[in-house]
Amino acid sequence: MTERLIELRDITKSYGNVYALGGVNLHVDKGEVVGLLGDNGAGKSTLIKILAGAVKPTDGEILVRGKSVTGWNAARSREAGIETVFQDRALAVQQSIVRNIFMGNEQGNRLGFLNLKHEIAEAGRLMREIGFTSKVFTPNSIVGQLSGGERQGVAIARAIYKQADLIILDEPTTALSLTETAKVFHFVRQVRASGRSILFIGHNIHHVYDIADRFVVMDRGKVAMQISRDKVKTAEELIWFMEQIAHPEHKSQNAKEPALKRKAGKL
Amino acid sequence: MDQRSPTQSSTSAASAETWSHPSDQPWRRFLLTNRAALGSLAVFLAMLLMFTIANPVVFTNWTLYASVLTTLPVAIFLTVPLVFIVTVGEIDLSFPATMGCAAWAFALVVQAGYDPIIGIAAALVTGAILGWFVGCLVVKGNLSSLIATLGMNFVLRGIILIFTEGKSISLPSLSDSWVFQLFSSELYGVPVQIYWAIAFTIFSMFLYTRHRFGVHIHIVGDNPDSAAQMGINVNRVRIGAFIFVGIGAAIAGVFSTMINFTWWPTSGDGYLLPVLASVFVGGTPTWGGIGTVLGGAIGALTVSFIQTGIVGAGLSGFYVQFFNGLIIILSLLGHRWNQIRYR
Repeated sequence: MTERLIELRDITKSYGNVYALGGVNLHVDKGEVVGLLGDNGAGKSTLIKILAGAVKPTDGEILVRGKSVTGWNAARSREAGIETVFQDRALAVQQSIVRNIFMGNEQGNRLGFLNLKHEIAEAGRLMREIGFTSKVFTPNSIVGQLSGGERQGVAIARAIYKQADLIILDEPTTALSLTETAKVFHFVRQVRASGRSILFIGHNIHHVYDIADRFVVMDRGKVAMQISRDKVKTAEELIWFMEQIAHPEHKSQNAKEPALKRKAGKL
Repeated sequence: MDQRSPTQSSTSAASAETWSHPSDQPWRRFLLTNRAALGSLAVFLAMLLMFTIANPVVFTNWTLYASVLTTLPVAIFLTVPLVFIVTVGEIDLSFPATMGCAAWAFALVVQAGYDPIIGIAAALVTGAILGWFVGCLVVKGNLSSLIATLGMNFVLRGIILIFTEGKSISLPSLSDSWVFQLFSSELYGVPVQIYWAIAFTIFSMFLYTRHRFGVHIHIVGDNPDSAAQMGINVNRVRIGAFIFVGIGAAIAGVFSTMINFTWWPTSGDGYLLPVLASVFVGGTPTWGGIGTVLGGAIGALTVSFIQTGIVGAGLSGFYVQFFNGLIIILSLLGHRWNQIRYR
């Protein structure tokens, strides 16, 4: 039996009368890569912000390793072993790479004075690990000087430093070049190989299809479908599923339809 | 014959190993990280040079510098914490009244016959509480710090005037106390206040760049949303910066009272604009996220020196404001050229 890392039960989030999430159930097990899919406005970003503690849910329960938690916030989320690479990367661009890697997790003594030597050495190691090939940048370089892919690298370096149990990647491949995307994929596989979990949010269904063990499709604030990888043969099949969710009134002529419905219903 | 081609990787790879970034050299690193502070130092030295050329006799005489060094520490205790608050992306205009209130607490305790060290403690607590209150007002009340702190400056000064009815408190007993010897005498012909100001500046520099508090100040000023997403308590950091300003104002108030042996209800009033100018003359930009404590202290030196310098150079006092403004504008232009803003 796989260990349940984190579970969301009946999470709702409303902004006034507008429901961003209307009762979401989602779980991530140890060592799996979950692909979270959905249209714009489906509630993906709100959901991961709740997981990261950046947004408080209106209602619902969050369980970490089977235990219900209270007072959930960003600091608690990181303590629980969840690291999030946000879509906007959550960087402070006027600060150095080392300051961004250790943002909110500064390494220092009990009086609060920092161990800069240790931090810089660790930042240098992480930069090599993440594939900073250019020697122009040192841990003391300002993040504002970096390219988009390199900034993404800094955000990922921050997530891997803590050896987090769950890494949330919010659209990590948006605006990245092919080689940079490949680097992100390589990173995801490395993390899975080390027995940790990833929640991968993506617009690009082909990217998510390539990487995930299980797909969760959201639609209008709800989880519309969950299906595991071995039940979907191709990315096209997944796209077809999603089209059915987005436009259920369009009766497809596809002969496979009943069989697929049955498969999806099982999960 | 040399067979190596530019594309042959064996030799170029070896040289790449030894190639290092220019900022790895210590002196270059020092220049890069302290460029704003060094810029302000250059402004100060250029100004000093101008004055010395204008009147060599006065500006080679130590008494002129000694008089500046007595009043400068008060400005430094105010300017340095203000660098923190500007870096965190806020502003505090209530520090003159906080300084007045804290010094008032000090004066009351000393007047009541207690040891001045208890008065200093009372002043520090008063400053911290007022800083905390102003910070809570701005942060929890979600107010514009520019307007809210300006309002608090009037409110606090008003409270002082209501309760004292404009009467000052003179403290002749201060000169006999050991606290006065420690904080307000002379050492090797140099006013002892300046040693305390230098110590405070160095401590603040460490706090600013090598302490969790200062690092969080930078990050919150740079990108408060990211800071919150990474688990930094943004409100607490902002309030902390206001408390630090309150403490700095309290120290300034105590020192200024000890210099004059008298507490005036207007204590601190004249510092608002010169101290604000010092922060920006020192090279801290207005947009938050970066700044320089050392530059701020040098900025305070520059601004404090202008007035003495103008008169010492033989110009009439009417020139003071003009040159004050000129120095501010010129240093801002210099820093603008010296700084890059990353977004």
